Amino acid sequence: MQNYKSSILDLELVETLALNTQYVLMKFHHEQTLPAMEPGQFIQVRVDGSPNTYLRRPISINFVDTEKNQLWLLIQLVGDGTKTLAATPIGNKVNMILPLGNRFSKPEASDRVLLVGGGVGVAPLLMLGKEIMEMGLEVTFLLGARSSKDLLELDEFSKYGQVYTTTEDASAGEKGFVTQHSILNEQAFTKIYTCGPKPMMQAVSNYASKKNIECEVSLENSMACGIGACLCCVEDTVDGHVCTCTTGPVFNIKKLKW
Amino acid sequence: MVDQSIDLNGLKLRNPVMTASGTFGFGEEFTDFMDLARIGGIIVKGTTLRHREGNAYPRMAETPMGMLNAVGLQNKGVHYFKDTIYPRIMNFDTNILVNVSGSTVEDYVETAEIINELTHIPGIELNISCPNVKEGGMAFGTTAQGAARVVEAVRKVYKKHLMVKLSPNVTDITEIARAVEASGADSVSMINTLLGMAINAEKRKPVLSTVTGGLSGACVKPIALRMVWQTSKAIQIPIVGLGGISNAIDAVEFLLAGASAIQVGTANFIDPAITPKIAEGIVEYCERHGFKSVRELIGALETEGQQPSACLTDQKCS
Repeated sequence: MQNYKSSILDLELVETLALNTQYVLMKFHHEQTLPAMEPGQFIQVRVDGSPNTYLRRPISINFVDTEKNQLWLLIQLVGDGTKTLAATPIGNKVNMILPLGNRFSKPEASDRVLLVGGGVGVAPLLMLGKEIMEMGLEVTFLLGARSSKDLLELDEFSKYGQVYTTTEDASAGEKGFVTQHSILNEQAFTKIYTCGPKPMMQAVSNYASKKNIECEVSLENSMACGIGACLCCVEDTVDGHVCTCTTGPVFNIKKLKW
Repeated sequence: MVDQSIDLNGLKLRNPVMTASGTFGFGEEFTDFMDLARIGGIIVKGTTLRHREGNAYPRMAETPMGMLNAVGLQNKGVHYFKDTIYPRIMNFDTNILVNVSGSTVEDYVETAEIINELTHIPGIELNISCPNVKEGGMAFGTTAQGAARVVEAVRKVYKKHLMVKLSPNVTDITEIARAVEASGADSVSMINTLLGMAINAEKRKPVLSTVTGGLSGACVKPIALRMVWQTSKAIQIPIVGLGGISNAIDAVEFLLAGASAIQVGTANFIDPAITPKIAEGIVEYCERHGFKSVRELIGALETEGQQPSACLTDQKCS
């Protein structure tokens, strides 16, 4: 099932950028060359000093800066675990298992690619967008959020493609949900990658099915081990219950029963 | 040089550290992180006669110092294990035991018969204590008669090491342990998960699809230790202790309480490389205290001058 090797590493925190009160971008460095990591894969981070955080936290790989040998994690402050992690002092080491899970498939050279993200779910699309741009394809990002302050890393995304946005309160881009954006009527996409809140991904998935567009989603089922041992994070698929951590987190929508 | 070897009623372990069923997959999931040759054995995922899809998601809830699971014995059945998984893992350099579960006595017997033919599997762990399946499982493990019935039947067909995993969800675990011993078990492992529950107050709904689930992790250790200690006074066959073991000192505590070996469960999720570290830490403890063999720790708890306050079996509460 796995064709990559995972490692347990201590990475040094070099920078934490507070994007707003809800989100931080954390950059980690390792003295040795980081293992190869692919767009869509995730890490399991151990959070020390948080009594209510017993298990590791699965977090999408946002970006790997190969020049600086840095791993970027985009983190939403949800509970004690993520809040404690975000408060890690610069220079401290954080224990991670990486990389884990499968990756988004590479598009065909003829594909017209749309990457749809919502909230913190935009995280894995940055690295994917860079890879697709480097393949020589045009990249279109469609990023949705409640409000303009929740649109994350727009300057980063714009390095790799055209960025369109929607907000529910009309504070940026078009008002409404990603599936209502006018770009969907103006361009004929042939492959959609999406990650974000489940209702958003389901809406994107329905849109793709109707239009007969290839679509991959990245699921965020709650996990314990992250390595396929505990069978807690299962998703109901046409192949039965499969582990999101090893068979996913990326699934072609044709496999899902949601 | 500390002698780490353990003879578990005929089953030879290079050291007392094993992995708990359902927390270590088939061992393959962990080979990126550790060397299986550095631990005494692995107990692979619960196996039933026929394919089981397990329970619906969500199956997991994090709890203070622990977690609840409601996996429900998802597995592809013993024939798939025999044909597909066994050939992949049979040459692992450690003892591979298969955890066997069933809904009826006949299921247990048929599954055990099939595994009896697998030469690289030196034993089974009979699961009469799964709290997450509707029928069978824990139903056999919560009465002495039920436990005796399934163990006797399996003993007739299973010729190698027969370990029986006990449920803590009973009034008196020693009564079940005695019944299991009298029915021909070679060892008992204890404890399986404790029946628990998690609620999402905001949604006013249970967290797990099955409402209740099995509690494991560091939070259950005091209960497991107490049950191992009680049971060690009640039976002669060896005990494999488990429940919340997260480091070498936890493991030593179980040995002192009377376990002859231990299993590491939920801690594998937090550190997939924990088990060899625990084995090394037990040796380090022995060196520090001048023990030449890990076996000297088994049941070495000193209780002189301390009176058990709990009402133990065969002791009158006063």
